[in-house]
Amino acid sequence: MDRARQRALARICGQRLLQAAIVSLLVAALCFLLVQQLPGDMAFRIAAGRYGYDYVDAAAADAVRQELGLARPAWQQFAGWLGQLAQLQLGQSLVSGGAVLAEIAHHLGATLQLAAASVALALGVGLPLGLASGLAPGGWADRLTLGYSVLLRALPPFLLGLMLILALSVQLGWAPAAGHGEGGNLLLPALTLGLGLSGLTARIVRDSVLAVVRADYYRFARSKGLAPWRVFLRHGLRNIGVTVVAYAGVQLILLIEGVVVVESLFAWPGVGHALVHAIFWRDVPMIQGCTLLLAWLFVLMNTATDLLCLAIDPRGPAES
Amino acid sequence: MFPLRSPLYAGSLLLAMSLAAHAKPLNLIGPWEIHSLDPSSSSGILFTRLQVAETLVDADNTGTLKPGLASRWQAAPDQLSWRFTLRDGARFHDGSAVTAASVVAALERARKKPGMLENAPISAIRADGKDVVVVLGKPFAPLPAVFAHSHTQVLAPASYAADGSVTGIIGSGPYRVTRLRLPQRVTVQAFAGWQGKKPAITDASYQAIGRAESRTLTAESGQADIAFGLDPVSIARLKSSPRVSIVSATLPRAIQIKFNAGHKWLNSPAMRLAISQSINRQAIATALLRDPEMAASQLFPPTMTAWHQATLPALAYQPDQARRSFAALGWKPGADGQLLRNGERLALTLRTYPDRPELPLLATALQDQLRQAGIAVQVKVGNSSDIPAAHKDGTLELALYARNYALVPDPLVTLLGDFTDDGADWGVMKWQNAALSQQLAALGRGGLSAPQAAAARLKVAAVLQQQLPVLPVAWYRQSAAVSKALRGVSLDPQERSYRLSSMSWGR
Repeated sequence: MDRARQRALARICGQRLLQAAIVSLLVAALCFLLVQQLPGDMAFRIAAGRYGYDYVDAAAADAVRQELGLARPAWQQFAGWLGQLAQLQLGQSLVSGGAVLAEIAHHLGATLQLAAASVALALGVGLPLGLASGLAPGGWADRLTLGYSVLLRALPPFLLGLMLILALSVQLGWAPAAGHGEGGNLLLPALTLGLGLSGLTARIVRDSVLAVVRADYYRFARSKGLAPWRVFLRHGLRNIGVTVVAYAGVQLILLIEGVVVVESLFAWPGVGHALVHAIFWRDVPMIQGCTLLLAWLFVLMNTATDLLCLAIDPRGPAES
Repeated sequence: MFPLRSPLYAGSLLLAMSLAAHAKPLNLIGPWEIHSLDPSSSSGILFTRLQVAETLVDADNTGTLKPGLASRWQAAPDQLSWRFTLRDGARFHDGSAVTAASVVAALERARKKPGMLENAPISAIRADGKDVVVVLGKPFAPLPAVFAHSHTQVLAPASYAADGSVTGIIGSGPYRVTRLRLPQRVTVQAFAGWQGKKPAITDASYQAIGRAESRTLTAESGQADIAFGLDPVSIARLKSSPRVSIVSATLPRAIQIKFNAGHKWLNSPAMRLAISQSINRQAIATALLRDPEMAASQLFPPTMTAWHQATLPALAYQPDQARRSFAALGWKPGADGQLLRNGERLALTLRTYPDRPELPLLATALQDQLRQAGIAVQVKVGNSSDIPAAHKDGTLELALYARNYALVPDPLVTLLGDFTDDGADWGVMKWQNAALSQQLAALGRGGLSAPQAAAARLKVAAVLQQQLPVLPVAWYRQSAAVSKALRGVSLDPQERSYRLSSMSWGR
């Protein structure tokens, strides 16, 4: 590895570490502040989460307040949590009493599994379609792909999911309609998200292929007599790769934080689902734990994307 | 194909095939996620419903008590203590014997948590040989019913960690837990040490699926053998499905409006009756619940045979009568139809919550019907705890909720809690009635003859109907989509059990 490359690598890692530290503090403080500002009495909310709507009453709320020390000033509660965090502990859920880390690990695992499968599917469908359209712009493949992209972009994921359940589960019986933990559960939610993304992925790949194919260096390589496939492998693939990897990275992050609707339709126990429950019940350690882990994960994935881009294009982001 | 060599071969093949058929696990799907294993938590009831954990006392469809983990029970002559005798030979799923000491330990843990045991005047619970003795501060006739509540389920000592938290469900019922995957899944298997009839369904799993549409689709696709928590539209749709049939039971639950009877506009029975007459319950039940029979004519549904009073005049939709009553109370419609008195508009806030999906729908229908009567209602859909919180700080005006009168099989226990003179979070607010309190107290003390008790219940129902401290809107029918391959399925109106042990696979 040359010095310039080492410097770039060190710069990226250093920047990201600093970013992670700042982001965690900001996220934790903001979460705590926002939850304190939410309307309603926290003790009542937690009691409703614990005991259910038939049993939540003032006595249960008082018992919760007593047990959790919710009457303490807010800054003391926050300081207590920061103290725990300093020992790398995320605490216990106020509702279930379970360890936050263990609960989130289950949800985060499910989310990552679904996100990875969806991006893989989106790339699996989008890459060949995008390549076919980009290499022959205006051709039939390009026009068909455009139609496909518009159609899938216009379909709300919720509707696409329902259609897939009706077709693949109710009619054909190929996969379970919803749920988690048995074989085949991943198929429908991954298809819903993956197909939804594949349309735009195909367009991004197409534009990126087109830009490369029309570039001077590419035309020069062609005109000096290299075979088309050789030109593509040697001069095309890498240049297209940077855009596609960066785009896939962004998609992965969107999938991790923003698919509550699809998670809820398929009863997929993702982190969005856990976060929504935690906010509804004012389960502060769960909210903070979820947001914190998500923030770290985003920093980690941004770093991985940057490093991958650097590996593909050693000139680094500034020059390319 | 080779011909079978002997009848023995054929016999064992048939046996293997029938075993394989029996081994098909039953898939139950419902809306309730499992967030905690603690019996006092909202998830605790799942383990009694799955027949994993038992309570001392059980109940049949009508709420009549029958033996559970206790084979019999009896009150002392002074009614100040009750003795529950445990079933002989009962074992927990870890093989240990169910002893009086382990029962007392489980009940003592339950007493320390908020829940149903708070409603009974218990001063001590102790073990006496094979018996569990419950000592009371004052006579409390419905006590055995309290020990049918899932909060009092008896788990083995090994279920608890040193700090008292529940780490596993080791019960004594016909099924034992084989796998737990919080918050969504629990798998059970028939318990070999069960003394009663061996269940035909040997393996079952419960899975939580949050959305009603998704649950409907799991039933329609055959993924679910039984799906609970269906919305009225889906039930109508599933009725035409070739795979499933719909099984229903009317629950002892009423969807009702709680009044702040201390509110300056709501403090007269005449006003509450006029509001009641402005509500078209039949239309609401037909259009939204898709079940006209569920329009409530009084608080207690007909299936609560001891409490429903056929002789009471039904609450009816009488808009003209309501208008006259409003006018008699000084409320006259303004130019826009809105009722006014001394320059004040009749505007109220109705709180409700979305945990039961029909409630926000009903709230908006009520809002529209009351608007037609000239009352401006603002609907606030929030957390279920907003209602007790607003009760506590006195800001509550109207609240719409579904009250379960079979929290324990004897509705008296819930009624004693809900209709106290001090008011109750899920009962009356700033309302009291000496006659009603007196009758409830007499029923609570016990010792009444059957006709006396019936007369007391009639009096209670009549006072509630005349005074309307809470306004019945609809009753509730629970429905489940059930695979046509299953036999012996029935829903428990008490919502105590899924009754897996009485089901079997059909041919």
